[in-house]
Amino acid sequence: MRYSAWSLLRGALSGQRHWPAAWRDASPKSSYDVIIVGGGGHGLAAAYYLAKNHGVTKVAVIERGWIGGGNTGRNTTIVRSNYLYPESARLYDFSLQLYEGLSQALNFNIMLSQRGLVLLAHSRHDLDAMSRWANAMRMNGIAAELLTREQVGELAPALDLSPQARLPVLGGFTQRRAGTARHDAVAWGYARAASALGVDIIQSCEVVDFLKENGRVVGVNTNRGRVRAERVGIAAAGHSSVLAKLAGFRLPVTSYALQAMVSEPIKPVLDTVILSPGTGAYVSQSDKGEIVMGAMLDLFPSYAQRGSFAVKQAILAATLALFPSFSRLSLMRQWAGIVDVVHDSSPIIGPTPLPNLYINCGWGTGGFKAIPVGGWTLAHVLATGRNHALAEPFQLDRFITGRLIDEAAASGIAH
Amino acid sequence: MMQVPCIHCGLRDESEFTYAGTAHLARPPLDQSDEVWGEYLFFRDNPKGMHLERWRHTQGCGRWFNLIRNTVTHEISSVYAVSDPPP
Repeated sequence: MRYSAWSLLRGALSGQRHWPAAWRDASPKSSYDVIIVGGGGHGLAAAYYLAKNHGVTKVAVIERGWIGGGNTGRNTTIVRSNYLYPESARLYDFSLQLYEGLSQALNFNIMLSQRGLVLLAHSRHDLDAMSRWANAMRMNGIAAELLTREQVGELAPALDLSPQARLPVLGGFTQRRAGTARHDAVAWGYARAASALGVDIIQSCEVVDFLKENGRVVGVNTNRGRVRAERVGIAAAGHSSVLAKLAGFRLPVTSYALQAMVSEPIKPVLDTVILSPGTGAYVSQSDKGEIVMGAMLDLFPSYAQRGSFAVKQAILAATLALFPSFSRLSLMRQWAGIVDVVHDSSPIIGPTPLPNLYINCGWGTGGFKAIPVGGWTLAHVLATGRNHALAEPFQLDRFITGRLIDEAAASGIAH
Repeated sequence: MMQVPCIHCGLRDESEFTYAGTAHLARPPLDQSDEVWGEYLFFRDNPKGMHLERWRHTQGCGRWFNLIRNTVTHEISSVYAVSDPPP
């Protein structure tokens, strides 16, 4: 059923009891054209674009838990494309462009709110680095504006802008097209649209092995039986190494916990996203009124979906240094996602050492913003066997050739 | 806060330590191929479960040491010197 004002009005006459389930909860069939392992945003988006862009509809998304229950539901919901290198700028800006049209394309309100992202400069060196950064973005055709301290104050008056602040704000820059989106809606919207095109979404189904014939992958073995496929794609974020081990190869990935938290809801106080690269603090206010806070990784490998207290304390200290007025707020929820960090903080989208097996991983701390392009490019390589032009620089072999795209150092994002 | 057992000082708060990567990675000879060097530099087992890793008591005695830690429960089961073979 198409969602519209008309369908809402019509439902008013029947007590809104006419809404069908948004997608089919399918059981595994014996074979598909394509199987995608991982029912998060990237996997669901890949399934949708396989059907939509390539007409491949015999597709299964196989999810160990429930869709959107991993990192898609465990992030800070920020979308942006303020990267430094041309390859990354192209990739992430295409993603942001897809986000801009996504509610219409999926007929599902993902609640995209382009409230802008403000990066804070706390020193002369920060100011210099941000000039370079904003200029690089403009060179890549992505709008960015340098801000004075007064302009930062106009955008975020709750910041401590006094000269004696623990972290004095000297200026910064903004990407006005950045913002937030409703994370669950992104998963649900892609799931609904994919399901409507014939994709099977299979939950509570864990891949326990890959089926191989003559060295090629021909399907997966799950706790609900064997499922064959022409091609298999992995979109499993922090669990990519676990699946790669089942397939028999290694990845240049380390899994870390990235935590975030929300306060109790309060009246509107912050209508942009604040990022302080110096401390890693990442602060916004959700549509429900909660202050959403995130920052640095727990810097030891982890598959536990919870953060350590030491890092939690550091995140809160950094947030309160920027916004002293938040000190009386109670924390309401805290969570962590397991992120797949690679050495250059750039993704891997393409073939694996095993024929017929493809992977989308390595997004690290920045996977949510990349869901549309991650799905788009994974679908392309699964459908055609060739890399999408946007994904060409982001191949696994760059860790052998040395042609890294080092956004960790370049964009100054806390990893 | 998580407590890490320093080989010299005993249990101390996590915030005093620095995690320093997977232990027992052997540096290949200089004449090896790009594949061998790429594997050594970047590719990791990244296990879900027991992980042999190197830590440093940076804000304490400064000692480097190895430990075995479960990456799911964060339980530390063994602490040993960097020069020791894996237990």
